[in-house]
Amino acid sequence: MNDQPVLRASGIYKSYQKDSLEVPVLRGVDLDVPHGKITAMVGRSGSGKSTLMHLLATLDRPDQGEIYFRGKRIDNASRAERDAFRNRDIGVIFQFYHLLPELSAVENVLAPMMIGQSTWQYFRHRKAARLRAEAMLDRVGLLHRASHKPSELSGGEMQRTAIARSLMTQPSVLLADEPTGNLDAETGLDILQLLRGLNREDGLTVVMITHDDSIAAGADNLLRMKNGRIQDERLKQAA
Amino acid sequence: MVHFTAEGTAMYRWLLCFRYLRTRYIALASIVSVMLGVATLIVVNSVMAGFAAEMHDRLHGLASDILIECHASGGMPDPEGHLKEIRAILGDKIEGASVSVHVPAMLGIEFNGQLITRHVNLVGIDRETYDTVSQFGRFLLHPQNQAMVDFNLRDDGYAPDRDHFPESGWTYRRQKASYEKLLAEERDRIDAAVRRSRGEQPTAAVDPSNDAAAQGPSMAYGLSPATSEANDPGQAKIFDASVDQFPGIVLGIATCSSRMRDSDGDVRDHYYCRPGDDVRMMFPNASDNAKVVNQKFTVIDLYESGMSEYDSTFAFVRLDQLQEFRGMINPESGIRSVTTVQLKLVPGANLNEARDDLRRRFPPDVYAFNIQTWRDMQGPLLAAVRLETTILNILLFLIIAVAGFGILATFFMIVVEKTRDIGTLKALGASGSGVMSIFLSYGLLLGIVGSGVGMVGGLMFVKYINSIAAVIEKITGQEVFDPTVYYFNSIPTIVDPITIAWVVAGSILIATTASVLPALRAARMNPVRSLRFE
Repeated sequence: MNDQPVLRASGIYKSYQKDSLEVPVLRGVDLDVPHGKITAMVGRSGSGKSTLMHLLATLDRPDQGEIYFRGKRIDNASRAERDAFRNRDIGVIFQFYHLLPELSAVENVLAPMMIGQSTWQYFRHRKAARLRAEAMLDRVGLLHRASHKPSELSGGEMQRTAIARSLMTQPSVLLADEPTGNLDAETGLDILQLLRGLNREDGLTVVMITHDDSIAAGADNLLRMKNGRIQDERLKQAA
Repeated sequence: MVHFTAEGTAMYRWLLCFRYLRTRYIALASIVSVMLGVATLIVVNSVMAGFAAEMHDRLHGLASDILIECHASGGMPDPEGHLKEIRAILGDKIEGASVSVHVPAMLGIEFNGQLITRHVNLVGIDRETYDTVSQFGRFLLHPQNQAMVDFNLRDDGYAPDRDHFPESGWTYRRQKASYEKLLAEERDRIDAAVRRSRGEQPTAAVDPSNDAAAQGPSMAYGLSPATSEANDPGQAKIFDASVDQFPGIVLGIATCSSRMRDSDGDVRDHYYCRPGDDVRMMFPNASDNAKVVNQKFTVIDLYESGMSEYDSTFAFVRLDQLQEFRGMINPESGIRSVTTVQLKLVPGANLNEARDDLRRRFPPDVYAFNIQTWRDMQGPLLAAVRLETTILNILLFLIIAVAGFGILATFFMIVVEKTRDIGTLKALGASGSGVMSIFLSYGLLLGIVGSGVGMVGGLMFVKYINSIAAVIEKITGQEVFDPTVYYFNSIPTIVDPITIAWVVAGSILIATTASVLPALRAARMNPVRSLRFE
């Protein structure tokens, strides 16, 4: 579509305050997330992958450096703009799924829609929203579990639900923090297949943190992080 | 790319609120205290309002709107002239007027050969007009007297709707008289037998006219002749209790009875005297050099208003008779004096204004008049009830405030428990104020549920309060609503919608306020930290 990177980070520094000690986590990260590719980030615990992902998702702000989404700077945008960005432009999935336990699968999928719209807007479009949520669940193969609560779903099913939720507002980037980290190898591969399919069919850009080399091997790009820097960046040609 | 979201009203917060409401029972437990507080407030306010209204009604019914009392023992002469003057001042605001004589008196009741004395307020009333200024007849026991009091003893039929009321009236009086006659004859016979055995000559029985003299008024020397006239015929012929009566008197029921519990725990009234019995009254005459008038009366009815203050201090006789006994009739002109003028104003008339008008006409430094409205007289009592209600309201709202702190603590726990979900919501694009509104709405919802249930519970309690009192009595054996203390047969209640609205609104406000701090904490929660919280 275009060659401009969907997400770009340049010169990112981030440190956390632990007691009175400043612990640097990211020390000058430059990163381009190319459009329509699956990018995998690997690295040891504490290497800063998760922090980088939170910064990309605007859940946190860098101490130094800039983050751009489609060429527009987002790290210093207003709170409301960042909330809207998270709601519309990116989808996030987590290692521990983070579904809301009080809501059924389909309601969890609907949640971003409810957050992004006023009650009145939502009520006006609720039929369409519901249909879309069911379509998303169908896409991840869970339509038959739509009315189940997260506690009644298996780990793989919860992660599929989380993926369906992240796709609800048609984001252009999916940020996945160890999406398979809590699943057995086989289920993990299923999830990966699902992400691949989304990438192939919808051109969805995926940024994924993983520990699993076999999962990482399936990515288009591989970033290796060490001590708060990107140590090794390997661009593969799309298969 | 910049989208503005209408977050404040977003749908998810209501969905989550209702889900939290259905799944967090601990929060429901925390609003039980709100519920109880609201219910108690409604019950207390209704009962207090009922009591106050009942008391208000009774006090107002018993007292006339405006009371003009003359301090002088001889009272004010020419009541008609005064009334004419009063009518000229107040015009058509007057609905009724009555004059009466109030005099402190001592009541003597002979009971089982002993004399029981009571301090009473003896009132001479004009039976034609007295009922137009205050409720009187309806508190009498005999149905015919209720329509129009007749100061003559009735045959029987007193208090037909009352169990355990002793037999009264002429029937009883005749029985008593014949019994006493028999007793006297028996005593004479024994006396005679004793004398005979001693060898004395039998003498005539005690001269009955001496007896009658003792029963008649013991004339204070120098009284006006009109006073003695009334009983002259009685003295001339022999007084026969089975056919004759003394001047009629209506006694306040508590002056001659006591209410207590028998061994079964039932409330019983014990009467020292009843309609048909004779009592003695001692009161000062109207002269400047006051002497005591000692006069016998026949009880012709009893008066029960439900206000112990009235029931235990009042005795009513005919105005003209009391004026005669006290020497309040000018022997030359025949003008009678009264001590009190009672006025009833038309409904809605301004009592204070009328009182002030009268005070201007009869200034206290010229006239020995004390002009008061019924509210002036009962002011301390009404104020006490108001104060009591206010204090109870404050105390109970403090209870709800305590419940508010319970909600605060519970909400903090829920916020901590929901840390991860809060992070998730923020990651999905929910704003801080959106997250805050979840918990604020949750508090609001809990407040509505708590005070709603409390309101329904309180109203049901008020509705069935007498049955509930009966059940509690049965279970505990303790009387909840003691009729020996209160003169109401059932607990009076008045439900005031405005009070209820205030109570409910106040408790919802407290519940919502209590959720502000936890909600702020949720809103300020760092999403990254809450997402890491595993």
